[in-house]
Amino acid sequence: MPQIFPPNANAFARWALLGGGAFVVVLIIALPIYARTINNAVGVPVAQPVAFQHNLHVAQLGIDCRYCHTTVEVAAAATVPDTQTCMSCHSQIRVGTPELAVVAASWELDTPIPWNKVHNLPDYAYFNHSAHVNSGVGCSTCHGQIDQMAGIWKNESLTMGWCMDCHREPERFLRPRSEVFNMAYVPPTDQRTLGLELVAAYHVSHEKLYQCSVCHR
Amino acid sequence: MAVRTGRPLIETNRVMAPGQTPGGIDDVVNTPVLAGPQRTPLWWWIGFSISGALLLLYLVSIVQLITVGTGIFGNNSPVMWAMPIINFVWWIGIGHAGTLISAALLLFRQPWRTSINRFAEAMTVFAVVCAGLYPILHLGRPWVFYWLLPYPNTHGLFPNFRSPLDWDLFAISAYASVSVLFWYIGLIPDLATLRDKAKSRFQKLLYGTMSLGWTGSARAWTRYMRAYLLLAALSFPLVLSVHSTIAMDFAVSQLPGWNNTIMPPYFVAGAVFAGFAMVLILGIPLRRVFGFEKLITMRHLDNAAKLLLATGMIVVYGYFIELFLAWYSGVEFEVFMAYNRLFGDYGWAFWLLILCNFVAIQPLWFRKVRQTPWALFVISIIVSIGMWLERFVIIVVSLTRDFLPSSWGNYTPTFWDWSLFAGSFGLFFTLFFLFIRLLPAIATAEMKELAHHDAHHGSDPFEEIRPRYYGEERA
Repeated sequence: MPQIFPPNANAFARWALLGGGAFVVVLIIALPIYARTINNAVGVPVAQPVAFQHNLHVAQLGIDCRYCHTTVEVAAAATVPDTQTCMSCHSQIRVGTPELAVVAASWELDTPIPWNKVHNLPDYAYFNHSAHVNSGVGCSTCHGQIDQMAGIWKNESLTMGWCMDCHREPERFLRPRSEVFNMAYVPPTDQRTLGLELVAAYHVSHEKLYQCSVCHR
Repeated sequence: MAVRTGRPLIETNRVMAPGQTPGGIDDVVNTPVLAGPQRTPLWWWIGFSISGALLLLYLVSIVQLITVGTGIFGNNSPVMWAMPIINFVWWIGIGHAGTLISAALLLFRQPWRTSINRFAEAMTVFAVVCAGLYPILHLGRPWVFYWLLPYPNTHGLFPNFRSPLDWDLFAISAYASVSVLFWYIGLIPDLATLRDKAKSRFQKLLYGTMSLGWTGSARAWTRYMRAYLLLAALSFPLVLSVHSTIAMDFAVSQLPGWNNTIMPPYFVAGAVFAGFAMVLILGIPLRRVFGFEKLITMRHLDNAAKLLLATGMIVVYGYFIELFLAWYSGVEFEVFMAYNRLFGDYGWAFWLLILCNFVAIQPLWFRKVRQTPWALFVISIIVSIGMWLERFVIIVVSLTRDFLPSSWGNYTPTFWDWSLFAGSFGLFFTLFFLFIRLLPAIATAEMKELAHHDAHHGSDPFEEIRPRYYGEERA
């Protein structure tokens, strides 16, 4: 009767076991590294139907964030502005230019502009803009120097670990409410002192910020 | 041996019937395994087809669950746990008898375990598979179940190690891996026998690969026995710890009916009780269809029935202690819980449970009943239903009536609750039918050793070493 297994079958089995173990170890090391490296497309511009430029509108023209993102102080969503908001200026300015063709079409046909979502949180995370803005979290803390951006992209990874960085130590990031919409704000050198004062003044509770149900309900 | 008074045992007091030879054991156990596909018996095809159909129902239910969400189940506030957790606890409990037989009885040197340990261990592994899937499917987002593991994640959080729900994960995964390892190590010499007797190329490759190059040399056997004993010592504590951990899921909460210190031991007894019922449900038809009557003898059924009765009475003690503690504590919520359990909307479940788990096992006091296979089979099925009802009473009835009357509410299972449960039987029995077709359902290597002892050294396999270890040296 011929042998069904070749002489090196045992060696093959041993190496296969070793290789399988090594593969699992490599996977455990590689996947977290990969997750941190891709970093949820931070800094990758998201294409939009209209080439809207924050740098033109905010830095050069000096329009306040809240002119377009109207509900940021009172609601969960900051609101992407509707076409009517665009038309409050563009019914008079640069009418009929090819850059604004989509906006004009949206206005005439009464259909929304199909903006692409940039900051897409999972549905099980209940983020509220007003809660953050009214507690002294500045726009630029999360969105970065959006007043300098010609396109639009994420400035932070929006992972839960990133959220927890601030939810564990809010004093590291808070600024006075009056400075929230100031895109040029620079934190003072003794941020911790100021931060702890603001934590007390705005009734930010370390214990509550840390609980699951603050964000997951 | 002490002289027995009264009626003698019907067959034999040995592990197996007298006159067994290694070749005979091979003929009975290994020959059907190696028979070609065209010689697969009709009963196997019928059983496998029914199980396969139920397995398809399981898969359909899971697809429905993932596409629609946990809303397809009847679980809702206040009964958040309901059927998925009842069935999880029920399945994991069943596994415990397999571990008790394979590990605990090995360490206690009970040679009668040898005839039934293989299929009981297989039962454990498959039951743990069925059980382990339930909490994952119950998660709501089953595809992120790995968040329960402490791995280097981007959440900035580790699992909450103070929560028994996380202990569950470690208890079950440890239990699953040790059970699989123990089962497989035990299989290796038998796989080598099958490899040596294999006819077709497929069988040679399958059993040749699975037997890991087993040679049967004295050195291999020495190491094998040592490894087997160590694994037995490792899995013995799991019999107690796994179900204690699951009991802790309930016991550490504050809900009346859950918050009881008796829960861990009471759950362990219940698990062994349910498990031995399942061993009998599987073993009685198995010995019939395979003609294993001379290997799985009346002694096995008798012993299993005694264990069923003993653990059953512990569980019944638990029911009465729970009610007693409710009264003795003097806490109005506990008293109300006990009243609601007995006479509330689900009172029928409690009385049915008493009927199944207390009244139905009383005939086991009689040897005649313990040695009548069909009676044991019927009692075991009743006990399995009773143990399911026990978990129903603990989980659902406690949750429907908590402290605040405004949050009371009843629970009705939906079609998908039942289909997933029926489907989990499909998963279990599909695996079990594949097991009895492809692997020896009895540990033949160990049985041959016992047959050798029976033939050459008397019926007690430890007769020779016993005086040396316990008699002469001490004297």
